[in-house]
Amino acid sequence: MQDRPEAVETKPDERVRTISNWRFLLGRPELGAAGGVVLVFVFFLTFAGNSGMFSAKGMITFLDVSAQVGILAAAVTLLMIAGEFDLSIGSMIGFAGIVIAIPSIEWGWPLWLCILFAFATAALIGFINGFLTIRTGLPSFIVTLASMFILRGLSLALTRAITNRTLVSGVGDLAKHDPMAPLFKGYIFQGPFQWLGDHGLLQMRSDGTPLAPGVPISVVWWLALTAVGTWILVNTRFGNWIFSSGGDPVAARNVGVPVARVKIMLFMATAMAATLLATIQVLEAGSADTLRGQMKEFEAIIAAVIGGTLLTGGYGSAIGAALGALIFGTVQMGIFFTGVDTDWFKVFMGGMVLIAVLFNTYIRRKVTYSR
Amino acid sequence: MTNAPDQGFLELKGVSKYFGSVIALSDITFAVKLGEVHCLLGDNGAGKSTLIKILSGVHGPTSGEIRVAGEPIVFTSPRHALDRGIATVFQDLATVPMMSITRNFFMGRESTIGQGLLRRLNWDYMNQTARAALAKMGIDIRDPRQVVGTLSGGERQCLAIARAVHFGAKILILDEPTSALGVHQASVVLRIIARARVRGLGVIFITHNVHHAFPVADRFTMLNRGRSLGTFAKSELTRDRVTELMAGGKELVDLEAELKLMETV
Repeated sequence: MQDRPEAVETKPDERVRTISNWRFLLGRPELGAAGGVVLVFVFFLTFAGNSGMFSAKGMITFLDVSAQVGILAAAVTLLMIAGEFDLSIGSMIGFAGIVIAIPSIEWGWPLWLCILFAFATAALIGFINGFLTIRTGLPSFIVTLASMFILRGLSLALTRAITNRTLVSGVGDLAKHDPMAPLFKGYIFQGPFQWLGDHGLLQMRSDGTPLAPGVPISVVWWLALTAVGTWILVNTRFGNWIFSSGGDPVAARNVGVPVARVKIMLFMATAMAATLLATIQVLEAGSADTLRGQMKEFEAIIAAVIGGTLLTGGYGSAIGAALGALIFGTVQMGIFFTGVDTDWFKVFMGGMVLIAVLFNTYIRRKVTYSR
Repeated sequence: MTNAPDQGFLELKGVSKYFGSVIALSDITFAVKLGEVHCLLGDNGAGKSTLIKILSGVHGPTSGEIRVAGEPIVFTSPRHALDRGIATVFQDLATVPMMSITRNFFMGRESTIGQGLLRRLNWDYMNQTARAALAKMGIDIRDPRQVVGTLSGGERQCLAIARAVHFGAKILILDEPTSALGVHQASVVLRIIARARVRGLGVIFITHNVHHAFPVADRFTMLNRGRSLGTFAKSELTRDRVTELMAGGKELVDLEAELKLMETV
């Protein structure tokens, strides 16, 4: 550090207030996604307001769906801001699932050890993805496309070789007594939900528990990762390195930003986010399916792009990605609740992505290249 | 350290660089003192880019010696050169347009407060410092949080120069800082170069524009086809002589004569 604290004398510039507040707001990457969230909620409140979508149970459902995308999107956004893609996270979800399930079911390892083993494996795979991308200079799109196929193939081949099936079940029983399982399974705030139910504020089951038992743990992870991602981007040196690595890697390297290290660490983060989701899914379902996680890599990218992250890197926000994931989950469940054929969901999301990209490009040009 | 006062802070002695069979630079010797603007003039292909890359630590020389403050050194990276006080401002690669002025200013040298998990960027200090450092260079910005893409080309060059000066650069290497700029913008950058000299920095100003070089430069080194044509003090030269020495100078004179001939026909 060569910072020399200097007696800095700065008067507030009288031109700051008049122009920059509006521009500052326009310059926020989350702007489009925030508008999108409002639109989507108004739409479904109008057309599905009475369908149960906005009951406690319905909301927990679409928040859970959003969280599944959002956990991935939080890490994917950071990687995209740094200028890289990871197409292998969908396959990583399937692979991490069997890395948890096979040792625990077939080899008798304690579940918590299997979970730690899965995270370590993910860190290694993320490292390899990043290392190959940096070393070969190939687009990460290609490198991770390869690992997407390799991991999916490995999941299938290994599982079939070891168990003769493509689905490993029985994890649910192990999870009941595992010390680490509560981190990835179940609900929080069950007490307050029960209280609300007892006072007639929530729909109850016949056994006296509320229909919506609490906030799913996936939602907690989603919010936590979004908060961590935002903190990193806004308040840390590493965040500044992420922006500069994606904005202009040569300029960044010239002033000493460790671009390679930044990118490799973010590849490790996306693989580990995929493993987190896999752990939640495996413990929730009690089984690991080798086909799990297909298309998730694209859903995460869609959430990030709707959230204002540029495909070219250098710009974006974790909060935007969370809003993108919320739109994703809300629309997916909303279409179900409005009674429209759910086949239309993908058409709608595709359209959303196009609009988001056009909007982002327009705003960015407006903000950055005009005086 | 034996550093006589008239010796340069940054010295090159017989530096050559070969790429395979191509001789990019051959036996270049020159020195830059603190408080002077040393202009490197040369046409395309004269070896300017290669020389910059050697000075900034991107390439190592094939042979020859680089000395900083009298001490022989081999730069391993641009950051290494930067840490020894040699800062290079590359023409298009100095700033990141999508990042704010403050983020750019402190890129790679962010200032933090707090400890452990609460260690965070010191935004107040960084915003104020960036604004003050630019003000000191005569650039008045509205808001250091605005993205660099909103600045003009000249202001971006100035930001990169102000950053290098603030972080203690002794020698500034400016790669064609004015070539992509209009007349007004170029004059802003030239003023900043003059200010850097007044503050005691040595400046290596690379250009092929004599009209930009002449007002601010103290000495000139002419490059042609990878060789040095010598170093001249400003008093020894005239604008026309400089143009003539540069490759292309003679051609322009010839062209002028040719055009005159065409008119008379």
